[in-house]
Amino acid sequence: MREMSFDCVVIGGGAAGMAAALELEARDLSVAIAEREERLGGILTQCIHNGFGLIEFNEELTGPEFAERFEERIGGRRISVFCGCTVLDMVADEGEQVLSCVSAKEGALRLRSRAVILAMGCRERNRGNVRIPGSRPAGVFTAGLAQRLVNVEGYVPGREVVIIGSGDIGLIMARRMSWIGCKVHAVVEILPYPSGLTRNIVQCLHDFDIPLYLSHLTTGIYGRDRVEGIEVAPIENAALMMGKAFKIPCDTVLLSVGLVPENELSREAGVSINPMTNGAWTDSTLMTSLPGIFACGNVLHVHDLVDYVVEEARRAGRCAAAWLEGARPCREARVKAGSNVRYVVPARVDTGRDNKLYLRTMIVKNDAILEVRIDGKVLLSSRKNHVQPSEMLTLTLGKAQLAAAAELPDAAVEISIQ
Amino acid sequence: MMAESFEVAIVGAGVCGANIARRLSAYEIAVALMDKEADVSFGVSKANSGIVHGGFHHNKKHLKARLEIQGAMMFDRLKTELGFPFVRCGIVVVALHEDEMRAVEQLYAQGVDNGAIGIEMCSRERMLELEPKLSRDALGGLYAPGGGIVEPYRFVFSLVESAVKNGVSVFTGWDIVAAEREGDAWILHAADGRQLRARYAVNCAGLAADEVSRMFGAEDFSIKGRKGEYYLLDKLTKAKPGRVVFPVPTSVSKGMLIVPTVEGTVLIGPTASAVEDKEDAATTRLQLETILRSARNMIPDISEADVITSFAGIRPTLGDDYYIDLSAKVPALVQVAGIQSPGLTASPAIGEYVKDLLKKAGLVLVEKANWDPTVERESRARDLSLFELDELIARDPAYGEVVCRCECVTEAEIVAAIRRGHTTLDGIKYYTRAQMGRCQGGFCTYKIVKILMRETGMSCDQITKRGRASTLLRGVL
Repeated sequence: MREMSFDCVVIGGGAAGMAAALELEARDLSVAIAEREERLGGILTQCIHNGFGLIEFNEELTGPEFAERFEERIGGRRISVFCGCTVLDMVADEGEQVLSCVSAKEGALRLRSRAVILAMGCRERNRGNVRIPGSRPAGVFTAGLAQRLVNVEGYVPGREVVIIGSGDIGLIMARRMSWIGCKVHAVVEILPYPSGLTRNIVQCLHDFDIPLYLSHLTTGIYGRDRVEGIEVAPIENAALMMGKAFKIPCDTVLLSVGLVPENELSREAGVSINPMTNGAWTDSTLMTSLPGIFACGNVLHVHDLVDYVVEEARRAGRCAAAWLEGARPCREARVKAGSNVRYVVPARVDTGRDNKLYLRTMIVKNDAILEVRIDGKVLLSSRKNHVQPSEMLTLTLGKAQLAAAAELPDAAVEISIQ
Repeated sequence: MMAESFEVAIVGAGVCGANIARRLSAYEIAVALMDKEADVSFGVSKANSGIVHGGFHHNKKHLKARLEIQGAMMFDRLKTELGFPFVRCGIVVVALHEDEMRAVEQLYAQGVDNGAIGIEMCSRERMLELEPKLSRDALGGLYAPGGGIVEPYRFVFSLVESAVKNGVSVFTGWDIVAAEREGDAWILHAADGRQLRARYAVNCAGLAADEVSRMFGAEDFSIKGRKGEYYLLDKLTKAKPGRVVFPVPTSVSKGMLIVPTVEGTVLIGPTASAVEDKEDAATTRLQLETILRSARNMIPDISEADVITSFAGIRPTLGDDYYIDLSAKVPALVQVAGIQSPGLTASPAIGEYVKDLLKKAGLVLVEKANWDPTVERESRARDLSLFELDELIARDPAYGEVVCRCECVTEAEIVAAIRRGHTTLDGIKYYTRAQMGRCQGGFCTYKIVKILMRETGMSCDQITKRGRASTLLRGVL
């Protein structure tokens, strides 16, 4: 069995993994990427629509084009890429991490490294996760599986479609299914507002006259062998109105009901997980609760744009490199999600430098105020034209602003939206 | 058309049919095992609690209690021979009130009377020591160390493989529509025109046992469906007990239990509601809420965030006891009907019992000199060390191709399942566990579809979830 050593191994060769690996290599560290699929690119390879790269490349690319640009960069560097290689587990051994992997080409192999970057991305929540009752016929797909079947494999999953949940992949698939000649009868969303980006609501639903039922719960899927329809009921004043339930006939149900970071490997290795993000708790350097293990991209928290994933992954790569060179954050303060904020990542800031924070709100509001407080004192207050849960907010806190926190022994930086 | 001839034809390849077929495979007779579904174990036997019961729930005046006790004892040997997943993890019954403690005492006395090995009464302290995750409200209960857990479909698959290895012919998609007497034999007709001839027939058609009995012109009885809904929780749930946890039973059912499955997930359920339509295995919102509530009473850590899927099974009920006997109306027919809980546990003993009934009816049983009770198991990647995997991949690189990430199932295992005749997505799921984990096939379905097409030559629109009209895809772009 082969055993190899690197300064750092990156698990996952999607956008996050590639961006992080490039940063490490640029600092002359030896780095490997372990990717389970046959090629790099992750989920981007099936996202053939455009809208990727506006920040990173200042132009609109498709998913595969975005991935290719990173693949080309990887190709020219000294990065060991193991494709078709699944990491089975990760254990600490004498200050190093040991990854047990299998691949058809290499057999079993052990990758040893001082640092690991987790970049495994996320998976789709499924029917069981959201507990949609009814029968269990063929024809129920997660939107991402349907996207793979259509865009990469070239199959038609069904003709008469209903989409449950208004996440971005579901919206993109509403348009895609319409383009291949299928009829999309409805998008059903339990919340009073859409879960996807506004631009996708406009471009994928409005432009195709697809009705969006907000505040509607799917109360059942029916059909014996193949899906025959779904039953939905409105939610009014927080109560489910079964008396107003109605059926929508269809042969196919696509689910777009949220994404969950794929942290089973991290969890089993002992990484602490934040229940609000389902990603690791990290310090200001994106290092998890286990020394030398960093996390970035959708495995840390679900992003809405790949451009943000890349930005965060570069930071993880830089921080892992600095950690390998002996740097440690000198002084950190805790970050707390306050009113109307679901979560803030990372959960700590370094009071000695600039810190970029990513956060999600729990409310839809125009003219909102984003407020940062330390021990009750308002540190920063900024106006946002519009906030909604589907659009991630970012915020940078500098050394000067964090001076107050640096002086207090157990300061908490609280971020809220009013 | 000349019908193929057998000594015994078994109608229904669920856990009873499979046990009967395997038992009869030890003798010098030709046996046919038929099922209307696309694969064996696709009916009642696929969706149940997967329990080997502890021998205290039923009074031994009932045939089902006697078969349960006998059957439970047979599992260790069967596991050694067949290698299906089975663990004698033990069962606890938890009492949450004083009244329930009284009921537990009844169960204990019954268990002792039935000869349940090692059964004991537990104080609150003993109960919480055995199962620290139980509610602090637990007052005490009962512990039956002989109870266990089994993967029901894998059990059936192993039995059928063993039967086939010893000469039994299996016919799937064989939907019986008529039976007629011709001389001293039965001629059985399938919906698609196939026929076969058999000297003896066994009706273990589960939910359809009443219809099949009528086809033979035998006893008129009515099987009622009772639906049981379940939730399956992720392996990483914090709420996994070490043993099967039962509440105190009610007059209609053993109640909703918490089962640590052989493969590490946790199953909670079942509900028990009468259904008119015996094919209606739909889950319902209200019943699913009841399951979570009831399970949390016993183990408060149970969280809906851990739910990976829900499903329902229909149990065939027919009065208080099993109906296993020679038909009194027609010759050479054994009725095996109303096999609800503890059917899985009793099934090996039912195999024995039916063999004896057939003998009583005149079937001549001569033991095969070369009967082989064992079947070989393919290696499963998740059970192997990295060194073992390395050697295996060197011989067959498909062991290095992880298709199902959640359950760690490799391409080699999928191919093995297909070559053993499991050619639907559900068949592959039950055989290998691919698609059964936390993503429920979100990542691996398209890979399995491609492997199935490559291995069988099926086109994309011939791939089904579980046979019949359950096609997955509607053509190519």
